[in-house]
Amino acid sequence: MRRAVRLEVAKFFSTRMWWVLLVLMAGYMAFLAGGMGFAFTATPQDAGIDASDPLATARAVYAVGTTLGYVFPAIIGTLAVTGDLRHRTIVPTLLADPSRTRLLVAKHLGALPVGLAYGLVGSLAAVGAGAALIALGGGDPMLDSPDVWRTVALSTVALTLWTLVGVGVGSVLSNQVAALVALLAFTQFVEPIARMGLTAGLGDAGGRVAAFLPGAAGDALAEGSIYSLMSPGSLLTWWQGALVLLGYAAVLTVAGRLTTFRRDLG
Amino acid sequence: MTASSAPPRTPARLSVRGLTKHFGTVRAVEDLTFDVSPGHVTGFLGPNGAGKTTTLRMLVGLTTPTAGTATIGGVRYTELTDPARTIGVALEASTFHPGRSARAHLQMFAPAAGADAARVEQLLALVGLTGDAHRRVGGYSTGMRQRLALATALLGDPDILVLDEPTNGLDPAGIAWLRSFMRGFADSGRTVLVSSHILSEVQHSVDDVVIVAHGRLVHASPLAALAALAVRTVTVDSPDRAALTDLVTRRGWASEPAGAGAPGALRLLHVRAAEIGAAAFAAGVELHLLTEDAPGLEDVFLRLTGQTTGVAA
Repeated sequence: MRRAVRLEVAKFFSTRMWWVLLVLMAGYMAFLAGGMGFAFTATPQDAGIDASDPLATARAVYAVGTTLGYVFPAIIGTLAVTGDLRHRTIVPTLLADPSRTRLLVAKHLGALPVGLAYGLVGSLAAVGAGAALIALGGGDPMLDSPDVWRTVALSTVALTLWTLVGVGVGSVLSNQVAALVALLAFTQFVEPIARMGLTAGLGDAGGRVAAFLPGAAGDALAEGSIYSLMSPGSLLTWWQGALVLLGYAAVLTVAGRLTTFRRDLG
Repeated sequence: MTASSAPPRTPARLSVRGLTKHFGTVRAVEDLTFDVSPGHVTGFLGPNGAGKTTTLRMLVGLTTPTAGTATIGGVRYTELTDPARTIGVALEASTFHPGRSARAHLQMFAPAAGADAARVEQLLALVGLTGDAHRRVGGYSTGMRQRLALATALLGDPDILVLDEPTNGLDPAGIAWLRSFMRGFADSGRTVLVSSHILSEVQHSVDDVVIVAHGRLVHASPLAALAALAVRTVTVDSPDRAALTDLVTRRGWASEPAGAGAPGALRLLHVRAAEIGAAAFAAGVELHLLTEDAPGLEDVFLRLTGQTTGVAA
């Protein structure tokens, strides 16, 4: 098992993809957090935010990774599985260790350090740019508040868990293009619409269902994201959010083990 | 190749029993049974689509058989405790990420095979990739990928080597090198199973042949026994073709048109040139062509696998 995990970690760090995506994510998170930080503090009335609560504002800005940036760790997790199939490195991998269950477990364990890197970089980029632009907009970055750092830490955990959800997606959708299209369509389009639609169309019941969508679970885990600012009380607690994300990762991976990974491979 | 520092291992026999694989209505492999003996190079031969790769994939557990078993020393691949040290496998060329260098690829798989960095460098040198080891595999030729696949298969210093069409994309020097490498590997008491769709590319290095066509076994024997199946033929022609035909009929020799190579000439089967010459001389038939054709293994191979030679037609 140790060898299998070591192989999966080596796969991440021996091509350029991991740092290309990481740099993209850092840039995107810095841009979004900076933009939000400045808009919330310089023109709060336009942003629809209650600027009298600098803590809520700061947390919403610093948690932008879990609100909008989670697609990056999800992609790198997906690629860990689909890339193996696409480039047929699954062949030497399974020749070295034929257990497919062990392979999927190793992919999750191997994705953890990568996910942690994405979580740290994504969260810290948001804090760095967000704090600077909040200050520039005349607000308080609240960097001395433990609650802010709690959100940063939880946001890091959420992004790490999103890598595991990505591994699950990749094990179900073995075609790399299909998996990435599905991932982008779901996270950028389907889920945001479903979250609003369920709440708007079905009221409280819909909102309770929407809270179990993976993006909502990630928001819940980070505590104090922009969503919870806009519709308070609509999210799960942080640990429930973590369990829901883990649940998605587990269910998708088991489904992948019973479909893609039961077939002839390579 | 250096000998392994591990305790002596008994080279295992590869054993395929009733192996069958159906893809929907396609019978890729049908009731295939054969053995591969330690200390031998066994050629696994057949035309494209004969089921060779499917068989090898079932041997290593990538493909699940519809029926039958393939075992290594009596154990299925998926149940081997240390597969990389038991059997090294190079399936068709590209099982590499194009963005990884050859060195990075080998270093990545080395720990899983119990190999260290020195072993990686040793293998790069063995297959002649040291100078290109830092380059990304995406820019490699087919031959270089074949070499890298071989190096990957050898990481665990295995007792058995399984190579799927390893000569594809190799230049003549590379093929010659591979032949002597396989020979040396088998001479050290280890086992090689090498597939090819061209007999002549492996016939100088194999001891045994297993020939398949349409997923079925058509022949399995030592190479020498295959040569015995070759039909001896003599191409003969005369300015007086009627007299020649008459002579052939009287002698009861089997004949067929020699074809495009010698228009109008006859190819006589199962008879020596000396016998034909003597008979023609005795009958007063003038000959201006009397050639004993070397029995070609390739012809035997093509005949066994149901492929037409184009010449014998």
